Amino acid sequence: MSNLRSLTYDAIIIGGGGSGLRAALELAKSGKKTAVLSKVFPTRSHTVSAQGGITCAIASSDPDDDWRWHMYDTVKGGDYIADQDAAEYMCSEGPKAVFELEHMGLPFSRFDNGRIYQRPFGGQSKNFGEGGQAARTCAAADRTGHALLHTLYQNNLKNNTTFLNEWYAVDLVKNSDGDVVGCIAMCIETGEVVQVKSKATVLATGGAGRIYASTTNALINTGDGIGMALRAGFPMQDMEMWQFHPTGIYGAGTLVTEGCRGEGGYLINKDGERFMERYAPNAKDLAGRDVVARSMVMEIIEGRGCGEKGDHVFLKLDHLGEDVLGKRLPGIVELSKTFAHVDPAKDPIPVVPTCHYMMGGIPTNVHGQAIMQDESGNDQIVNGLYACGEAACVSVHGANRLGGNSLLDLVVFGRAAGMFIESALNEGIEYLDASESDIEFAMKRMSRWNESEGGETVPALKAELQEIMQNSFGVFREEKNMQEGVQKLADLRSRIDNAYLPDKSNAFNTARVEALELDNLMEVAEATAIAALERKESRGAHSRYDFPDRDDVNWLKHSMYYPATKELKKRDVNFKPKTVDTFEPKVRTY
Amino acid sequence: MSNLQVSIYRYNPETDSAPYMQEFQVDTKGRDLMVLDVLHMMKEQDNGLAFRRSCREGVCGSDGMNMNGKNGLACITPLSDVIKGNKLTLRPLPGLPVIRDMVVDMGLFYKQYERIQPYLQNDEPAPAIERLQSPEDRDKLDGLYECILCACCSTSCPSFWWNPDKFVGPAGLLQSYRFLADSRDNATEQRLSELEDPFSVFRCRGIMNCVAVCPKGLNPTRAIGKIRDMLLADAT
Repeated sequence: MSNLRSLTYDAIIIGGGGSGLRAALELAKSGKKTAVLSKVFPTRSHTVSAQGGITCAIASSDPDDDWRWHMYDTVKGGDYIADQDAAEYMCSEGPKAVFELEHMGLPFSRFDNGRIYQRPFGGQSKNFGEGGQAARTCAAADRTGHALLHTLYQNNLKNNTTFLNEWYAVDLVKNSDGDVVGCIAMCIETGEVVQVKSKATVLATGGAGRIYASTTNALINTGDGIGMALRAGFPMQDMEMWQFHPTGIYGAGTLVTEGCRGEGGYLINKDGERFMERYAPNAKDLAGRDVVARSMVMEIIEGRGCGEKGDHVFLKLDHLGEDVLGKRLPGIVELSKTFAHVDPAKDPIPVVPTCHYMMGGIPTNVHGQAIMQDESGNDQIVNGLYACGEAACVSVHGANRLGGNSLLDLVVFGRAAGMFIESALNEGIEYLDASESDIEFAMKRMSRWNESEGGETVPALKAELQEIMQNSFGVFREEKNMQEGVQKLADLRSRIDNAYLPDKSNAFNTARVEALELDNLMEVAEATAIAALERKESRGAHSRYDFPDRDDVNWLKHSMYYPATKELKKRDVNFKPKTVDTFEPKVRTY
Repeated sequence: MSNLQVSIYRYNPETDSAPYMQEFQVDTKGRDLMVLDVLHMMKEQDNGLAFRRSCREGVCGSDGMNMNGKNGLACITPLSDVIKGNKLTLRPLPGLPVIRDMVVDMGLFYKQYERIQPYLQNDEPAPAIERLQSPEDRDKLDGLYECILCACCSTSCPSFWWNPDKFVGPAGLLQSYRFLADSRDNATEQRLSELEDPFSVFRCRGIMNCVAVCPKGLNPTRAIGKIRDMLLADAT
């Protein structure tokens, strides 16, 4: 028998960000034996960096607001490959989930009447695009993610959730039926490796922005759940869809919230022109993020960029006045002074589109159950495996996520996964135990690093991977360049498979964690690259010079990347919401 | 001269019988880097160097450490703010047990945070929408809820060094007051009754190191003063 110690839970939640903590809270309240396993103390998770807010039709700023309008915006924003049943679920359940957060203590900003403050964000409309700009993003100043994450952590403490903090999940364990029955995990503090046994394994591991050289993402966003699922042979959906946020601080990559433009800020080129008026005459600076990011790059390419190199534009906020900046955007003032050496009350902030969000991920249904396809292309549930949050692709964001929809996704689908797992556990689940060879399989790459005796080291390989992704899979893409990128990644993979971990010590060995993370970055990068090369159209965030138009005949589909064959298949988009009429694809303009 | 001299605390429990200071030369190319950037450059020289980091923008609270004698976050501290005579000395947060190198055991710190019941308590049934709160009442939470639990304050506090098991410390007390000040929380009496012993709050001697080091510009001393006032008012 395996000599690993084992830990057994009803449900193991991998990741301590917003979606993981929301799922855990639901399960902890139900009395199920639940543990959250997180590689960082939960409040260090990347949810903490979310700024502008959580978009939801709570009808505070506009008493007539309607979740169907929010759903319309979400589907249009996603360029029509968001699943409409999922968008319907998120937008209609949203108010309940947001009010719950408020009841838990989230310190939302307020209107004079005492209700939650809402601000305008990009891509928002009233009356299905006919009624002008909506203000639907609920905010706690510009620290909404921080307030949300801390509130969820606090309420998990209140409900006695078990935390395995600073533990690292290495790989999924599958039994001989192919069911997921837990994972291999390492306690970072001691280096001990254990087998976690569970009837429900939830991947809430967040995004993977660190595949790019320039990203708003935390250093920990290395796509660990995506890597684990791919190595276990499961498909990934829409991995070519990466959001480049219009306003990353030039040079540093740190995020400047869309809320700045929601509060009245706008982008200018080197001539001081508010150029978004040309690209999106109606929504202007509050068009979809993909639209704004492309417009910025066009300005730069056409020689109207700012600075000595002409390689960025400016975000102008000084006209908002110190009161609005201090009250609504205090975090931005701080970040701007620290990372751009600019006081936004006096001067504009230099910004550039920066990798921000992974729309793709583990395909799931609205209950968080992971999905694969059978041989004839029909959906099939993966037993034991769940995903929620950025790691999952439900898909509510389609080809481009709207600002503020990420936090809503986290709480709505974290909650949904928790509720579903609770009832599944109540009904009874039995899977075969993992065999010795199943466990050995899951231990394979951990053992490889531990036994490595020479070769290239992790930091340089990681930097190379990030450069390839940055150069070949950015805002604008093109066949030849992507082919070269795919080839370079294939070479890089064989080098990473032979790379070297010099430090084999056990106590808090961060070098080992970074080596294991590098494998995951490699998996995510390759899935992204192949999906981007194969989707021969432009849709949402995926924009190609050689295929500049949307192709609804061939590509009104999800892409499904299969790791074993490195092939891209297609999956139908859901156009059947339960309570509203289908939103038919239209030309997408702002 | 762009070579920065860095002296850093090293300790690996598996190989070192005692901690020691190790010297690094880091070529900053004259740039005013953040201390975290320098740490990453050192880690490229010595892969075994252990430190925590996550958001790299001052909001997650992972990389609190002692830089040339003062606690702060490495990711938002530019070299120009801390270096003296081209030398930088880095040590783990003081007063907590060291696990390895710059990584401390935060257990006692978190325990004090948990002790103050850091969650909203309100036993009245919640309405179908949000609980209402006036902007003025919401303003009372500013300067309190922004805490990132980096522990820079508590580990610079002599009272916390002395009684980390009994004195809640500035971070925990700031959070305690965050809930006492919240118009939606109605557990005030119970919260206060658990703080009225001689240690939990009253060990604060008003040294104000916490205020001097808080990377978010928060003021735990003021919050502690408010709790004291509430306790004293309660007693009379």
